[in-house]
Amino acid sequence: MSRIEGVLQTLRSQGRKALIPFITAGDPHPDETVGLMHTMVDAGVDIIELGVPFSDPMADGPVIQLASERALKQGTTLRRVLAMVSEFRQSNDTTPVVLMGYLNPIEAMGYEAFADAAIEAGVDGVLTVDLPPEEADKVAPLFAQRGLDPIFLLAPTTTDERIRAISGHSSGYVYYVSFNGVTGAARINVEEVAARVAHIHELTALPVGVGFGIRDAETAAAVGQVSDGVIVGSVLVDTIARNQADIEALKLALTDLLNPMREALDSLAS
Amino acid sequence: MSEKLTEEMLTALPDSRGHFGAFGGRFVSETLMDSLMTLEREYLRLKKDPEFQATFDQDLADYVGRPSPLYFAERLTRETGGAQIWLKREDLNHTGAHKVNNTIGQALLASFLGKKRIIAETGAGQHGVATATVCARLGLECHVFMGAEDVQRQSLNVYRMKLLGAEVHSVESGSRTLKDAMNEAMRDWVTNVDDTFYIIGTVAGPHPYPLLVRDFQAVIGRETRRQSLEKTGKLPDALVACVGGGSNAIGMFYPFLTDESVQLYGVEAGGHGIGTGEHAAPLCAGRPGVLHGNRTYLMEDEHGQIAGTHSVSAGLDYPGVGPEHSWLKDIGRANYVSVTDDEALEAFRMLTLVEGIMPALESAHAVAYAVKLAATMDKDQMIVINLSGRGDKDIHTIAQLDGIEL
Repeated sequence: MSRIEGVLQTLRSQGRKALIPFITAGDPHPDETVGLMHTMVDAGVDIIELGVPFSDPMADGPVIQLASERALKQGTTLRRVLAMVSEFRQSNDTTPVVLMGYLNPIEAMGYEAFADAAIEAGVDGVLTVDLPPEEADKVAPLFAQRGLDPIFLLAPTTTDERIRAISGHSSGYVYYVSFNGVTGAARINVEEVAARVAHIHELTALPVGVGFGIRDAETAAAVGQVSDGVIVGSVLVDTIARNQADIEALKLALTDLLNPMREALDSLAS
Repeated sequence: MSEKLTEEMLTALPDSRGHFGAFGGRFVSETLMDSLMTLEREYLRLKKDPEFQATFDQDLADYVGRPSPLYFAERLTRETGGAQIWLKREDLNHTGAHKVNNTIGQALLASFLGKKRIIAETGAGQHGVATATVCARLGLECHVFMGAEDVQRQSLNVYRMKLLGAEVHSVESGSRTLKDAMNEAMRDWVTNVDDTFYIIGTVAGPHPYPLLVRDFQAVIGRETRRQSLEKTGKLPDALVACVGGGSNAIGMFYPFLTDESVQLYGVEAGGHGIGTGEHAAPLCAGRPGVLHGNRTYLMEDEHGQIAGTHSVSAGLDYPGVGPEHSWLKDIGRANYVSVTDDEALEAFRMLTLVEGIMPALESAHAVAYAVKLAATMDKDQMIVINLSGRGDKDIHTIAQLDGIEL
């Protein structure tokens, strides 16, 4: 069983929901990312999605675009992100880490070299935004052989046929994108999400994480009620942007954001 | 090591997932997949629909003014002292470039699909103008995304688009040029996918765009083939076209791919020179990667981050290229070369003075290479340059280089 499956199964048996934060690796500086990861673990998160910055983040809104620019300016590369995960693993071997980003940095490194290095570093899953399963036939087996969970997106526009097919290519969890749009937009409609996620649960046994548009304890609880986990990104990345000059203040601010979300999700536990 | 291409090989490409050999494909976020699959299905149906094709052909004739002439550039040929140089006059199309062939076709597709809101990206502004034009004609809402730097250097086209009723969105992110305009158009599309049709201006992007844009532009090569036989009794020995994304080049090349005797030359933007790194020539100096929905040759750093590009010509200032060109390069069917900013500017002046034809700076790259090539060929041989656009939009750039305030 992968670390991701283990964590999600334990949560499910406790009737609890996963809190999954996303931050961009290397933002505000590569030396700070591991510290921020530990801070988030202390605030009660279950899985960490670590964004690999890319020069052309087509699926991201301005908040994460700017985070990518800051991270790249500070010399963040895919290899350096893997080194961050290694460092994180020196004192944490329980919290799963999922790398989330775009395909080209992985292409440039080489699929096999990346898969080897990722598992060596302690990465658990890989979510590549611009890689639908149709194009993943070369890379997905390399992930599977090494025990890396390939995580794919589902969207409001995904047909039933594709939901089944995509779930068949996924392990760990599937990531449901709550609305048509880019990260950071405020367009979430909880009722629509509830209906869609209930439908997805009928088509796959995999846990469903929901991301895009979750920005506070209230939306986290509302979405947590209908899913297996909530993914929180832009609001954290925006907090990093606003506190980048003072890392201690930043850690407090992240904790202040995540604590109420954790409490709100745990208050749902039956 | 060119491999002999047959009609059978060509009709098998792209494959069902949009691949030209190792290139192409559909690398987009899940939200767009359903739309792309619907577009592919509908396009493949309409491609065989006589009514759709008849409407397209009639629009090309009556609205665009096709066929565009194949013109013998007699003085240019004499000055060059080699092969006969002919110009395929896409600059004479309505809106002044080849871009309109494609926007007519895609707007027709949008109408058949019932989409009322159109978005487009543009570099030099020619595709933006051509899109705004067809939207005005069909009464469609039009949004054009354009890099902030290009908005500055192509202000005339920005104003034309506004006059045509389009909303021009100046894109401030990244390098503020064509690639960033395309990123922003993709972001708009993912947000408004239910009611919006994205008219991509070149043979790049996710499948089926490289296929359908090529089909709409292939009228250029089909006419050239017919006109060449009519006027000279033979096929040209060489075709020369500039390559940014590569839509005018593929439109010219495609109907000649199985004609082994016809040499194909795609001319990329060499900028300040390939050696300086400041250029926009992924086929000459890049390597394969994935950007904007397809795998193709890209300009990128060792870590897979897309590199900045430079060209005096906004329409060529793009780090990628259509996947079919990547495939043609790898199988050795087409030759990809580059000319510098300075060579293109010199060709602009030469064609203007010798033939009274002012080429777009993009097309001037093709002229520059063709002139060099012609000099190495025999007098009874024939080169066709795809003169993809006219230079009116570039007058400000030229004047600025001359230190003249207009």
